[in-house]
Amino acid sequence: MSMQAEPAGAPPPPEAKQAGQDRAALSAGARQERRLGWLLCSPAVIVMLAVTAYPIGYAVYLSLQRYDLRFPAQAKFVGLSNYGAVLSSTFWWQAFWVTLFITGVSVAIELVLGMGLALVMHRTIFGRGSVRTAVLIPYGIVTVVAAFSWQYAWTPQLGYLAELLPSGSAPLTHQWSALWLIVLAEVWKTTPFMALLLLAGLALVPEETLKAAMVDGATARQRFFKVVLPLMKPAILVALLFRTLDAFRIFDNIYILTSGAHETGSVSILGYDNLFTALNLGIGSTISVLIFIAVGIIAFAFVKLFGAAAPGAEVKR
Amino acid sequence: MAAVGKTHATRWGVVNVVVVLYALFPVWWIAALSFKEPSTLTDGNYIPREWTWENYRGIFKTSEFTRALINSIGIALISTVIAVVLGTMAAYAVARLRFPGKRVLIGMSLLIAMFPPISLVSPLFNIERIVGIFDTWVGLIIPYMTFSLPLAIYTLSAFFREIPWDLEKAAKVDGATPAQAFRLVIAPLAAPGVFTTAILVFIFCWNDFLFAISLTSTRAARTVPAAIAFFTGSSQFQQPTGSIAAAAVVITVPIIIFVLFFQRRIVAGLTSGAVKG
Repeated sequence: MSMQAEPAGAPPPPEAKQAGQDRAALSAGARQERRLGWLLCSPAVIVMLAVTAYPIGYAVYLSLQRYDLRFPAQAKFVGLSNYGAVLSSTFWWQAFWVTLFITGVSVAIELVLGMGLALVMHRTIFGRGSVRTAVLIPYGIVTVVAAFSWQYAWTPQLGYLAELLPSGSAPLTHQWSALWLIVLAEVWKTTPFMALLLLAGLALVPEETLKAAMVDGATARQRFFKVVLPLMKPAILVALLFRTLDAFRIFDNIYILTSGAHETGSVSILGYDNLFTALNLGIGSTISVLIFIAVGIIAFAFVKLFGAAAPGAEVKR
Repeated sequence: MAAVGKTHATRWGVVNVVVVLYALFPVWWIAALSFKEPSTLTDGNYIPREWTWENYRGIFKTSEFTRALINSIGIALISTVIAVVLGTMAAYAVARLRFPGKRVLIGMSLLIAMFPPISLVSPLFNIERIVGIFDTWVGLIIPYMTFSLPLAIYTLSAFFREIPWDLEKAAKVDGATPAQAFRLVIAPLAAPGVFTTAILVFIFCWNDFLFAISLTSTRAARTVPAAIAFFTGSSQFQQPTGSIAAAAVVITVPIIIFVLFFQRRIVAGLTSGAVKG
């Protein structure tokens, strides 16, 4: 970069020459710094590429094969026909809509609950430390553990929550009730994370601005919707992006709660089943690649949203 | 004034209790299950009528669980060390040095952190079987790098931005090379951030389920979350509920310890990168 800034063409006057020498000396230091920077980053970069780029490339290759693990000798290049098979199958679309439903509903509920939780943590006048500690437990707990707790709670003859329902009902064995219970488990586990991200955004809202709004006669509701929320927009978008991409990958909760039975499987469950139950490496890889593309599209949409939203917000304030 | 303060306090007290109950109830429920006698397992009580260590004794008698516990601890620890060491080097460079490609690195780690693990499972399943690391510790540590390394880079970069770097300049004036300044001055200053990052990374590795059930087939490398899912009960006529509950509580203990002792740090680590970055 600094090399390009070097004056070119006509011989420079003595003064500029002096400056040029300074810059050359500087750029020797800069070059050393740059080399050290790359050197320090290279192991991390190499490892990250090796564990993601290489496998995903291999997944693309596998997705173009007919590859049944029971008959590996018959593996054969079949072009895009696996993609045709998956995209025209009702299983894929069923799982896709289930995943979108779980993602959309749970992230929406988490945003509302998380905001409430963030306000509690921000405003509570005592016990702040213990509230934060308690809230970190759902976040830190192993998802499988929490999922088993929910599963037992909703199992008739065993759980406390199942007893609240009319006898004979087994909510985990019906599509819609099971989906809502999956959403509940997901919301319980990840609302704290949402709340912590929002809390950090909340801390950036200047107290003076709120006081000024109060002096101007804004009600609590107006202060929240007209002052706090707009100022928190970047934090909210980041939290939404993180949670949406994370929710789209949902696997653990569904695997434990229903194993994807009764049409409650997500795309990740479908990919897993195709690989380990149907032993179809070609189709399994195709689903892997499609999920990767879907996540990419969601991320891209959010980044576009960021680009559109963040500078506008800055101009306004 | 005093009366107003009192009702105010009461209201917040109620809200706080609700939040704490919300957070802890499922944890309490599975803990209660783990202490119940097999005969009272189905009574639906929140508090065991008779407390027993039976379920815990049961799981610690089987190598199915103890081996899984060793696997979980070993794999999570090794992954954490590798991720934090590589992440510290990269984050130091990002926070401190001027070089092109910095933004690319942060962007890349964010992207990789969002990577759907299922997308890696099918290729890794095949690669690991061919290379011969399927169902080994290495076979799990490698995929754990996909989320632990970006998390480490991201969190550490945020922490390192807060360090008083002038001290490093002072060290350089005193004749230290950049590498020495890193090792002798900055590394000790950075230790708290590194430690917090290590806790977060450990929790993530400890939590993994998808890779653990996909890339293992025996107890050689199966971690506890995966092992629990395959529990069949101490004896063949017994429902595994009690064993699962006990094992679940055992792997929850470290998380609770981390949260109790390092609550402030974990909150800082989780939020600093996301907001300022």
